[in-house]
Amino acid sequence: MIRAHVREKRFGESRVLSNIAFEVAPGETVAILGPSGIGKSTLLRIVAGIDTAFDGHVETPERMAIVFQEPTLLPWRSCLRNLTIVHPDLSEDDARAMLGRVGIPDKAGAFPLQLSLGQQRRLALARAFAGRPEMLIMDEPFVSLDPETSETMLALTERLIAEVRPATLFVTHAREEAERLGSRILELRGTPATLAPRLVQNGELP
Amino acid sequence: MTDPRAVTAISLVGLLALWVVAAALTADPQILPAPGALLGPFWAELTSGELLYHLSQTLIRVIWAFVLAMALGVALGIAMGRSERLNRWLDPWLVVFLNLPALVLIVLCYLWIGLNETAAIVAVTLNKVPNVTTVVREGARALDPGLDAMARVYRMPWTTRLMHVTLPQLAPFIAGAARSGIAVIWKIVLVVEFLGRSSGVGFKIHMFFQLFDVGMVLVYALSFIAVMLVIEWAILQPWERRVRRWRTA
Repeated sequence: MIRAHVREKRFGESRVLSNIAFEVAPGETVAILGPSGIGKSTLLRIVAGIDTAFDGHVETPERMAIVFQEPTLLPWRSCLRNLTIVHPDLSEDDARAMLGRVGIPDKAGAFPLQLSLGQQRRLALARAFAGRPEMLIMDEPFVSLDPETSETMLALTERLIAEVRPATLFVTHAREEAERLGSRILELRGTPATLAPRLVQNGELP
Repeated sequence: MTDPRAVTAISLVGLLALWVVAAALTADPQILPAPGALLGPFWAELTSGELLYHLSQTLIRVIWAFVLAMALGVALGIAMGRSERLNRWLDPWLVVFLNLPALVLIVLCYLWIGLNETAAIVAVTLNKVPNVTTVVREGARALDPGLDAMARVYRMPWTTRLMHVTLPQLAPFIAGAARSGIAVIWKIVLVVEFLGRSSGVGFKIHMFFQLFDVGMVLVYALSFIAVMLVIEWAILQPWERRVRRWRTA
């Protein structure tokens, strides 16, 4: 379960976020939608514990995973090592199996810079799910991919989320993505940004 | 001429030719002996074991000072690059040490610690630490915040972070510091030996300087340059290629 209440987040004099509170249950996927620059990534960073300079409190489970806009891999380590360094309990066989799951079974020994951007994103996804996280955070994970790759990645992410069932919070500016992956959509609006509750998928108000 | 090895070879032969010409023009082996004239003394020093003994003494001091200076400099550089507050406190010290002449540090170390091995190695180390720190600090300031965030979210222990996230990013800076470090250190080691040790290449050069034996000064100096070139080609360059493998892959 993710519980977040951000009373206020400032960058210097300017207030970026104000009075945002939400919960994400285990197995639930919540999309955060909003125009660029409104503070979606800032909110994610607060929930992930990367940004701690804010007024409010955040409760998160122990096992956390994150997928950034950029793949954010260790380019100086092989793909396999990228999984086993981050998850030291993961056996090499399981790591190889995970690479297979995301569609890059033959890349274990390759370095990340030898992969295409799509493959790097797959590796980042493998890293996120290899630890069977209780909570998953994704920041525009499908941005700057061609439509076909984007669709494959979306389907892959859907399958992995259904299997591992983490409490998932993800940011996007594409409404289709939000509606497809998210069981609930939170929309950020205004300055400072606040939450505008949107309809849940089955048409009821949350 | 595109083969870089051929260029290196020809360039070195050119230097040798220049030496031969200069020796011929000087026409005084007391001042500048021809290269060929050094072979006899070189062989005599080599077979007597003198040359190897003093080379190894110098090399041991170089290795000690190098390892200490790199370890201290990298640790300080990372700490100062990461913490602005620590940097504000330590930066003035760094500026003082950067501008302290090597000779002053050496003399003070000998005066305070004594004419011994510890003083010699401490003096060389202190001379090099500020440079390493400055270079590594630049690298530590440019560390990728994205990787930092990733390491934090995945709760990587600090040892794993250091080994797999921080040090690989600093590798080019550390390699640069090591490169210039080894060159500067061996020169300072020679000065330290010249001033206060009774072994090593610097000591021998001091001795032959007093005897005004230019030939033997050149024999010892060139032998040690050869040792350092072997280290450069056999250890430093292959190591650098290894840590850069992922870039060129």
